[in-house]
Amino acid sequence: MSNSTRKNLIVFIFIVVSLVFILPVLWVFISSLKGTSEIFSWPPTFLPNNPTLNNYSQAFSEGNFLVYFGNSTFVTVTATIITLIINSMAGYALAKFEFVGNKFIFYSFIATLMIPLHVIMVPIFVVLRTVGLYDSLWGIIIPPAATPTGVFLVRQYMMTIPDELIESARIDGASELRIFAMIILPLAKPVITALGIFSFLWRWNDFLWPFIAISSESKYTVQVAINNFIGQFSVDWNSLLAMNVLAMIPPLLVFLFLQRYFVKGMALSGMKN
Amino acid sequence: MKRSTKQKLTPYLFVLPNVLVFAIFIIYPAFYGLYISFTKWDIISSPDFIGISNYINIFNNPQFLDTLKRTFIYVGFSVPIMFVLALTLAIGLDKKIRGRSAFRAIFYMPAMLSFIIIGVSWKWILGDNFGVLNYILEAIGLQPISWLTTPTLAFIVVILVTVWARAGYFMVIFLAGLQGISSIYYEAAEIDGASRWQKFRHITLPMLKPTSLVVLVLSTITVFKMFDLVIALTQGGPGRATTFLVQDIYLMAFERGNLGLASAMSVVLFVILSILTIIQFKVSARGGSAYE
Repeated sequence: MSNSTRKNLIVFIFIVVSLVFILPVLWVFISSLKGTSEIFSWPPTFLPNNPTLNNYSQAFSEGNFLVYFGNSTFVTVTATIITLIINSMAGYALAKFEFVGNKFIFYSFIATLMIPLHVIMVPIFVVLRTVGLYDSLWGIIIPPAATPTGVFLVRQYMMTIPDELIESARIDGASELRIFAMIILPLAKPVITALGIFSFLWRWNDFLWPFIAISSESKYTVQVAINNFIGQFSVDWNSLLAMNVLAMIPPLLVFLFLQRYFVKGMALSGMKN
Repeated sequence: MKRSTKQKLTPYLFVLPNVLVFAIFIIYPAFYGLYISFTKWDIISSPDFIGISNYINIFNNPQFLDTLKRTFIYVGFSVPIMFVLALTLAIGLDKKIRGRSAFRAIFYMPAMLSFIIIGVSWKWILGDNFGVLNYILEAIGLQPISWLTTPTLAFIVVILVTVWARAGYFMVIFLAGLQGISSIYYEAAEIDGASRWQKFRHITLPMLKPTSLVVLVLSTITVFKMFDLVIALTQGGPGRATTFLVQDIYLMAFERGNLGLASAMSVVLFVILSILTIIQFKVSARGGSAYE
């Protein structure tokens, strides 16, 4: 087989594989634009005869989707900000300071990579109740904010920042906080951007944590609400499909516009893990 | 003097917020969970210390052992299929073919979506009476298939959807690994007249060993913890055909209210995840040193 036939064969196979990846998502999207009767019509129509946004308005009006969307947005944005702040502070301390307990703290962070939420869901539920964060959005936001991966990535990156920069700023009389905020953070922008994108995607898509931390429907995130919808005896597919499409939009937007940042970041974390 | 005390304090202040959140919400619960696993507790009354009874109990419980076995089978199929698919796609993408970045984006796309959304989407496609896949089968003259209500089929569907969902993610990691292999090796092999297969077998595979290890560890852990996907796609059914360990822990704790047993099951999950990680690192350390 010549090189170019070979490449054409790969392209052909890849087109077929692409269809397997795209068609399911596309079918959900197309179905979400169909009216109540058409959505279940048999044989199914491929493109909707009368495309409608009724399912979407129904999801917002009857399904309370606006509340869930608001909750998810609040959790995602707040949690990402908190994670970026506390992770980069910790990463900075571990990268640029010699202090007693330095190693111990670092290795305890790393060791907890072995403890996913799945393993501690029972005690964390009890702890949340004890500290009064159960059934509160803050109970979703705060506990997983101190990510070990984040600390690790920030630390590795900040170790490459020359000490002289920090020293000369100290000689100039800059306060430690000022050095961190005005010198270190701007230099660490690439790793912080990557971490921010990870956190955003993870929080938006996260299910188990909000599922355990929340009980009132008014505090459901999008993922929990969708799960609640599909768990019902008779599933309202019209609203469900519309919600499903809306819930896909934020991560897909991130993907379209910020792809190069997080592919870089992912390669970084993949290699370093 | 004052300045230096302040400087000594600085790192502690920087690390403090992260350490606090960590200690209260990860470290403490981890030890607390271990303690709960030695108690009988329904959360209403106070916990009774009962030693290792919970552990004896779960290992004599056929339902738990079944779930454990089922979870291992699920991992045993999903991880290798995902590994081979991700590696194959990455090798194809590593060549200069037309539409390379578009393909990469398409293969990666499902990895952006939550397992809940993926589960709902596939349920819509595979549904017995309304699913489009059964329509297609009927249209080409075949019988419709009860994808999600036949135990074995549902199990296979869950495996395939898992692969569909995350193969692209691991493909990107492989791609980074492939691009890290210097072309010098291939050029030298070509001068020596190595075949395509020989180059793959003796350069690509060994050089890719660290990356493969990362993919194996990450994918095994991801799949072993699976909960969201089955919750949305099959609810663990039909019967218990797709109920895996995490779902069983959840049911035991939050539906049957037996926190002690649930915690003992969690400790088993933790031990398995740790052993898997350690084994895979040991295996790589033994064979990996030659190329590093």
